Amino acid sequence: MRITQGTFSYLPDLTDDEITKQVEYCLANGWPLAVEFTDDPHPRNTYWEMWGLPMFDLRDPAGVLMEVNACRAAKPNTYIRLTAYDASLGRQTTALSFIVQRPAEEPGFRLDRQELSDRRIRYTTHSYATERPAGDRYPAP
Amino acid sequence: MSGAPFGFRPDQPDPGEPAPERLPADAVVDLAAARREAGIDEVLERLDSELVGLAPVKTRIAEIAALLLVDRMRERYGIAAARPTLHMCFTGNPGTGKTTVALRMADLLHRLGYLRRGHLVSVTRDDLVGEYVGHTAPKTKEVIKRAMGGVLFIDEAYYLYKAENDRDYGSESIEILLQVMEAHRDDLVVILAGYADKMDTFFAANPGMQSRIAHHITFPDYTVDELERIAVLMADQLHYRLSADAREALRRYLDRRVGQPWFANARSVRNAVERARLRQARRLVERDDPRVDLGALTTIEAPDLLASRVFRDDAEPGATVRSA
Repeated sequence: MRITQGTFSYLPDLTDDEITKQVEYCLANGWPLAVEFTDDPHPRNTYWEMWGLPMFDLRDPAGVLMEVNACRAAKPNTYIRLTAYDASLGRQTTALSFIVQRPAEEPGFRLDRQELSDRRIRYTTHSYATERPAGDRYPAP
Repeated sequence: MSGAPFGFRPDQPDPGEPAPERLPADAVVDLAAARREAGIDEVLERLDSELVGLAPVKTRIAEIAALLLVDRMRERYGIAAARPTLHMCFTGNPGTGKTTVALRMADLLHRLGYLRRGHLVSVTRDDLVGEYVGHTAPKTKEVIKRAMGGVLFIDEAYYLYKAENDRDYGSESIEILLQVMEAHRDDLVVILAGYADKMDTFFAANPGMQSRIAHHITFPDYTVDELERIAVLMADQLHYRLSADAREALRRYLDRRVGQPWFANARSVRNAVERARLRQARRLVERDDPRVDLGALTTIEAPDLLASRVFRDDAEPGATVRSA
């Protein structure tokens, strides 16, 4: 199951050219970008691991692409996203975030029902990927 | 990575802009018009009028501009050639205009379409080399990322390599630079600058660096005539003018100053102009008649220059003249 998180996730995966254009847009707005990765695709897992520090004072997308490619090479089978941060007063939040790499196979989720007293039901999403230990969740195909 | 790259869509054509129509082999293009369009003439003219002397430097810049222009025209006929390597090394004595030219170079290369942004990131050893193990690589990479799309100007580049200390982190920085100069040739231009003798030692110790830099440009020392023109230009930019006597005094000042130690070409001239400004201001304030007009406020007179320590008779040649 293809997970949909962040901007553009219902579109086909962005090519490097398209990523470059999005990065250009972020830089034109003065948003520094950061590369993040994770192997836990749960939708509530908002804090991904950072690949290096956020990149401030960049003028050109080539530098961001360099880091994305370095992260792809080191973490070939994980989710990687780019996060643009808007530091302007009053916003101070993530302005744009989109996935730039996903594992070849995404096993998806199952819905768990927990029966409670008085016929109440509690639902939880369970990611099949997390059945394997962290760091070993998406074996190379 | 294994398999197809992320987002690769083999079944769809690339939705990029349509390729410009290729010119037939018998078509003729107007180079002069293309020059005007790119605004090259304007940059070269400004270079010529604002920078005094530096003939070999200007020739080389004109050559590079011509090459990039011709390459662009060849492209229109469908001849694809690898982009030329434009990493450069500027050598010359202090104050010969290396940094100024580097700034112009970034602008010029941007106008010629070689660089995407055309900004200049000026760094020294401190910005590239870390203080402890594992600190250098991220620091250097961060600087390189900032310089992408523009020019990375490394001032006094020979400090990167310290021959006497083989544990110095500078060589790690050089290694990363070499890698980037090769792999990201299209993304940034690296310009190294430094004094000629020290740069020679630097290149002797780092042959990889030497071979990756295509353009070695030597900045000659200025002649006294050129220094005089520089001084007038600098005064003009500060909205001062020199009286005829002051011009003559300036000439004598420069004649004496050139032979003295710690002479730093245009930088010494700038300092001389600054000190003349100070003396002029003091002269006006201490004058008996406190009323001044615009002419007096903007004119540097001969005594402002002649009060310099350079003219003191006890300043024997070879003596220390730090604040002449």
